[in-house]
Amino acid sequence: MSPAFAYYPGCSLEGTAVEYDRSGRACCAVLGIELTEIPDWSCCGSSPAHAVDTVLSGALAARNLGLARQGGFGGVVTPCPNCLVNLRTASRDLDDPDRRARINALLSTPCEGGLPAVSLLQALHEQAGPAALAAAVVRPLAGLKVAPYYGCILHRPPGLMAFDDPENPVAMDQLLEAAGAEVVAFPFKTECCGASYGVPRKDLVMELSGRLLEAAADLGADALAVACPLCQMNLDLRQDQIAASRRRAFGIPVFYFTQLLGLALGLGRADLGLDRLVVDPGPALRKLGTGG
Amino acid sequence: MTVLDLTHSCDMQFVAEVARESGQNLTLCYQCGNCTAGCPFTFAYDLPASSVMRALQWGQRETVLACSSIWICATCKTCTTRCPNNIDVARIMEVLRHISRREGYAPEKQIKQFQDSFLQSVMRHGRVFELGTMMSFIARSRRLADMDLGPKALTRGKLALRARDIHGRDEVEKIFRRYREGLEK
Repeated sequence: MSPAFAYYPGCSLEGTAVEYDRSGRACCAVLGIELTEIPDWSCCGSSPAHAVDTVLSGALAARNLGLARQGGFGGVVTPCPNCLVNLRTASRDLDDPDRRARINALLSTPCEGGLPAVSLLQALHEQAGPAALAAAVVRPLAGLKVAPYYGCILHRPPGLMAFDDPENPVAMDQLLEAAGAEVVAFPFKTECCGASYGVPRKDLVMELSGRLLEAAADLGADALAVACPLCQMNLDLRQDQIAASRRRAFGIPVFYFTQLLGLALGLGRADLGLDRLVVDPGPALRKLGTGG
Repeated sequence: MTVLDLTHSCDMQFVAEVARESGQNLTLCYQCGNCTAGCPFTFAYDLPASSVMRALQWGQRETVLACSSIWICATCKTCTTRCPNNIDVARIMEVLRHISRREGYAPEKQIKQFQDSFLQSVMRHGRVFELGTMMSFIARSRRLADMDLGPKALTRGKLALRARDIHGRDEVEKIFRRYREGLEK
């Protein structure tokens, strides 16, 4: 039994990425990773806060680290890479007396120090791991060709994130392989999808996410596997917009990696929120022979 | 392609300010171009990352603070990861963005409007209310965006129609209030 983690879902996981939340919790439950949601957690400020000021961003993240510390937890797990960067940066800053004082000046309840934060991918890789996952697989993903896409900041910068390889990460590859999928060597694993510019500068997302979809299509991938709510939204919800801007149809479903692992673990479609994907995953799932 | 004229006056105080706020040694940049080569946004920048670094070393305050690049940078940290001299270039871009914002530059108006809408939502509710953020952005920018996405997100239960305030909403609001008061001092 692994230690209990404080779980920080992040705002997207209550909205556009609700299936990431559901499938992530379900996988952890099957693999014996105990998650306890931080009571009354608040937004970490995402990228807009650190674009404005690092102390503001630090305080928004630190409120949550403080709540986790009060709950007696030794670490925090979050599915969202952007939340992870903010929690890790705040944690590092809280361990520096000068920066801690500046952050605490904004908080109603001071936070006395940092707390280790890991991604859901890291927790699944380290607390369960490919071998334990393989042993728990009941419906292997045999026949499914998946391009693993990590996004830009899940492992960067390496000094702060300290997990896997910042240029060629393999943790998700290994878990998907353990689940029986055929994992393609995806050269754009850590390229940026255009981030949160879908609304204010759509042209940037059309270009960057467009490159990703084209690379996956050219490799003959049946699906993309992602670990970030923003990447998923850009590639899935905006796939029609991208297809129109690049005059090329894709039809590539964009799964959260936890949805694919969950399928292999025998969890049901509803538990994994597969019906919430915008690009129809049916054709890809029928390749599994388990019925799309 | 923007041609940099480095014969303009050199503001060394500005250079020192950025070095202090970012904690980076700016003199270490020897213009290898790795940051520019790896940056996924170079195609959209008015000034490539390595040129921002060069202009910064030479104290070209106005050029650096008014450029679009520092607003478009998405902090993907490819530059930081690949710098042979371990300069945290993304951190420098971010500090430049902070100063640019504080001093009223906003060459990428819509990016600023989106950030403001997002943070207003956090301040009001404690968590981001996605639909509210969109409505606020539309009001600020007077521009209808992504009308095709609403129904897609809505029919899949991905879009909450009402904000759900957290209990500690006031604490979050106070973070913003204290931050603003600090700026005014």
